[in-house]
Amino acid sequence: MTALALPTRRDEDFRYADLEALAPLWPVLVETIEVAAGGSGALTIVASADAPVRSLSITLGAGAAFDLRILNAGLAYGRIALSVRLDDGADFTLGAAQLGSASETLEIVTTVTHGAPNATSRQTVRSVLAGHATGTYLGKVAVARGADGTDAAQSVRAMLLDRTATANAKPELEIFADDVKCAHGCAVGELDAQALFYMASRGVPPAQAKRLMLQAFIAEAFVGAADEDALTAAALERLETLV
Amino acid sequence: MTVLHITNLSATVAGKPILKGLSLAIGAGEIHAIMGPNGAGKSTLSYVLGGRPGYEVTSGSVTLTSPLPFRGGDGGGVSPVRPRFDDSPHPNPSPEGEGLNIDLLALAPHERAALGLFLGFQYPVEIPGVSFVQFLRESLNSQRKARGEAPLSGGEFLKLAREKAALLKLDMEMLKRPVNVGFSGGEKKRAEMVQMGILDPAFAVLDETDSGLDIDALRVVGDGINAIMRRPDKAVLLITHYQRLLDYVRPDFVHILSAGRIVKTGGPELAHRLEAEGYEAVAA
Repeated sequence: MTALALPTRRDEDFRYADLEALAPLWPVLVETIEVAAGGSGALTIVASADAPVRSLSITLGAGAAFDLRILNAGLAYGRIALSVRLDDGADFTLGAAQLGSASETLEIVTTVTHGAPNATSRQTVRSVLAGHATGTYLGKVAVARGADGTDAAQSVRAMLLDRTATANAKPELEIFADDVKCAHGCAVGELDAQALFYMASRGVPPAQAKRLMLQAFIAEAFVGAADEDALTAAALERLETLV
Repeated sequence: MTVLHITNLSATVAGKPILKGLSLAIGAGEIHAIMGPNGAGKSTLSYVLGGRPGYEVTSGSVTLTSPLPFRGGDGGGVSPVRPRFDDSPHPNPSPEGEGLNIDLLALAPHERAALGLFLGFQYPVEIPGVSFVQFLRESLNSQRKARGEAPLSGGEFLKLAREKAALLKLDMEMLKRPVNVGFSGGEKKRAEMVQMGILDPAFAVLDETDSGLDIDALRVVGDGINAIMRRPDKAVLLITHYQRLLDYVRPDFVHILSAGRIVKTGGPELAHRLEAEGYEAVAA
């Protein structure tokens, strides 16, 4: 990669980024993953201080499958950018959880391109934000001309534990084919007060009740992962510090 | 011994007065029914007793005399509210120091539960992603912890849950599902009673537990209430619109709640008169 200029807020993909934290890490090396036709792969990224900002370029050959899980938590600034290109009949799964507190800035930015017919993509992103944390998901699904039979889904939900936290969510579709199925759902909310009282009325203390509900909320991002238990445990550990 | 003593209780919801000087004493071993027209304050009373946020007590007191030992707090640090003990001489002091009069209104909802208060919901809440088994084990063990009792193991808990599910004729498989999600109205009410069986409270407030039940379910739920709660050391406050449930769970006292106060008290025959003549005629 050539030495690109540091992005500014005018760059859509960096609109909510922590540019100050990004500057010393720039330019970010793009990691490439290629899965040959008919092959399959999986990757789990647990954000760490060693590599807080990552950029992945994933190319899936015809009929290939890739399962990516992300736990973005515990960093002052954590950013994971994905550029995914799907060939005929390829299948891509993203399950990501972002858990932020204090003034942390966490973001996941994806572009999933259905370049050929009959590819499927499923993106599930769950964010839990406390304090003054900011959690962002910018996700673009691009369906190329002729990529009929595309099936793309984005499910993006954020839970704000404090009114001072911020969630940005922008699922985006760019479709140039006729016969496609693209679904996106997006919601930002707070923990259900009724459910919290119901649990309290049975004897569950408030913090424990919140943890139970958030655990279930985050689990949606990790369902079916090869290391589901380990990821859930890691997320739970982080949750303990949020409520 | 009086289990629950409500004195001159007034409460508002969103600034609007709903309860206006309600007084009621419920003794150990007794089942009381509260009936009343829509908007009389029946559900408000149950939420005030349970401590639901948004239901503000403006005057009066509620004293619970629990047979359960209570240590306060959730074991996870300093509790924001401590039980306040009544200064008046105890009517029936036990040598263990249990059965103290406790100011219920000073406690957080989960602390009231640990003291032995159970609130049966008119509309049980769905909690996606959290199974009944997980939720109830957490509930029971949180209560036990607050009382200084050892937690139940997974195996012990499942045995208890199976026993109570069978009592209420609820398929144990349903308790492996997320809390109330996809349950019919009747199943939700049965599940409420299974929860009551597992938590084994000293005092239960059941808010329209009979609504949404078909005739067979009504009998099962009624039998369940009797099996779990009809004990010399327990008491029940049944809130209902209809006399039907009272055929199965025979109350010792029936109260009519109207405009935020108890306006009439009688025996089971009062419920029959209400059914026949209506609130306006009987309460006038």
